[in-house]
Amino acid sequence: MNSFFEVLRGGINSTFQDLGRRNYYHIGLPFSGAMDTRNFLISNALVGNDKEDACLEFAYQGPLLKVKNNSINIVITGDVNFTIKKSLSEKVEGQCYKTYLLDKNDELDLISTNNSVYGYLAVSGGFKLEKYLGSYSTTTRAGIGSNNGNKINPKEKLFLNKSNKKFLNKKISYINSKIEFIRIIKGTNYNYFSDSSKSDLLKKEFTVTKLTDRMGMRLEGPKLKNNYKSNIKSEGLIKGVIQVPTDGNPIIMLSDHGTIGGYPKIGVVISADYDKLVQLPPNSKIKFKLIELSEAEKIYKFYNLETENLLNQI
Amino acid sequence: MIKNISNLGDAALYCDFGDEVNKDVNSNVIKYFKLIREKNIKGITNITPSYNKLIVSFDLNLTSFLELKEKIINIKLTNILDNKVKTIKIPVCCDDEFALDIERLTKKLNLSKKEILDKYFDKEYFCYMTGFIAGMPFMGDIDEKIQLNRLETPRLKVPKGSVGITEQFSNIYTFESPGGWNIIGNTPIKVFDKLNLEKPTLINPGDKVLFYEISKKEFLNLNNE
Repeated sequence: MNSFFEVLRGGINSTFQDLGRRNYYHIGLPFSGAMDTRNFLISNALVGNDKEDACLEFAYQGPLLKVKNNSINIVITGDVNFTIKKSLSEKVEGQCYKTYLLDKNDELDLISTNNSVYGYLAVSGGFKLEKYLGSYSTTTRAGIGSNNGNKINPKEKLFLNKSNKKFLNKKISYINSKIEFIRIIKGTNYNYFSDSSKSDLLKKEFTVTKLTDRMGMRLEGPKLKNNYKSNIKSEGLIKGVIQVPTDGNPIIMLSDHGTIGGYPKIGVVISADYDKLVQLPPNSKIKFKLIELSEAEKIYKFYNLETENLLNQI
Repeated sequence: MIKNISNLGDAALYCDFGDEVNKDVNSNVIKYFKLIREKNIKGITNITPSYNKLIVSFDLNLTSFLELKEKIINIKLTNILDNKVKTIKIPVCCDDEFALDIERLTKKLNLSKKEILDKYFDKEYFCYMTGFIAGMPFMGDIDEKIQLNRLETPRLKVPKGSVGITEQFSNIYTFESPGGWNIIGNTPIKVFDKLNLEKPTLINPGDKVLFYEISKKEFLNLNNE
């Protein structure tokens, strides 16, 4: 029998994710996929997996898992406080970005993410899952994807693929730096907003509220006033779009967002800043900086190169 | 025709077909949607048609705004032979327990329930787009006399299967979801079926849809099937 984890605690929102589900926006299915792509990619690479393999993503408090049957080679990425409890000895404090070999009956306790939101658990050989419409990603809102479209719950068994890979001690040093400015490009309705609101957007501070999940990040701060019209005809959305509803509080669309929406778009977060954005927990302060498309493209190339370099160290 | 293409962020194209919303404009959006899909252009990750816009998102590792814009501009709108368009028939039960907003509608429109439903049913509608939540179709145009704005305060939970109207459009809630449309009934038909991998959505952009009224008994029978 394949090895598996028995779930003793599911955690707040633990779901299987990969690089996302393409080509279904037109029927209302969001992209989903790992929120923090860089940490996702690093986790797979450290245990020798393909970048297309699924990881278990968790938010804030992660799951408590017990190893059943055979040993499992794992890694945790992100900024995560976790312990490994060996059956006959003391608990060991876990270190992120370092591989561990867990033995039968060991317990992996993913206690919390430190001043961040998402962490990733990758297992060598990958979890035993089936793709749904081309992806392993779970979209809980539509009830689709791995684990029958649900987050993981106590008593469930998370089966692993059989892996012939030998355990390799791998480690990189990586620090998840906090982002100071979220860089944005003007949205398609930028000019609907009053001059003072446009200036507030770039000069004042916004706070991430508790109403933030995989679908969207609601912000509070100066109210953004729309001079033109507060509803537009519903149209497509992408992740990173900053919509401003009638109440003037911006919402940033995240990976599980509704595929269409009818609120004006004041801006769009650049692709290179998305991984850092989603890691901001409630009460974090955000400042926006407006840049041009050509600059955003350059920054993305650089960000990508940085990720490649990290992966090449492994 | 596409009037303008701009960038939506650094990884999507925003194709603008103008401000008007009607079947002709939307048909063009859908034609472009189908043509771009057929071409399988490198880097495109999603194409989202709506009333009068088309958003093409892409993988910034594989292509860029300017490169894709050039490709989309050069697409010639050919006449697509689409003989697949058939009329999809949707049964709806409008008993009071399902018609959550019928009272609001009768008051605001100054019409009886029967008058409202007579105007709504047995008329062919056109699906402008599908989305927001999985498989939710946006259809139109409903009779001018039964057009009304959405609720001032949206419901936190609209039951699955609810059929709603707002402005010139009608939709179906494929999942229980928050929402602000005026609910006139409920359909027992599965409009989104995740187990149908070939075609999880019953109603797609460009399809024709016809609603017909059923009794509570018929509703329960269909629901059990």
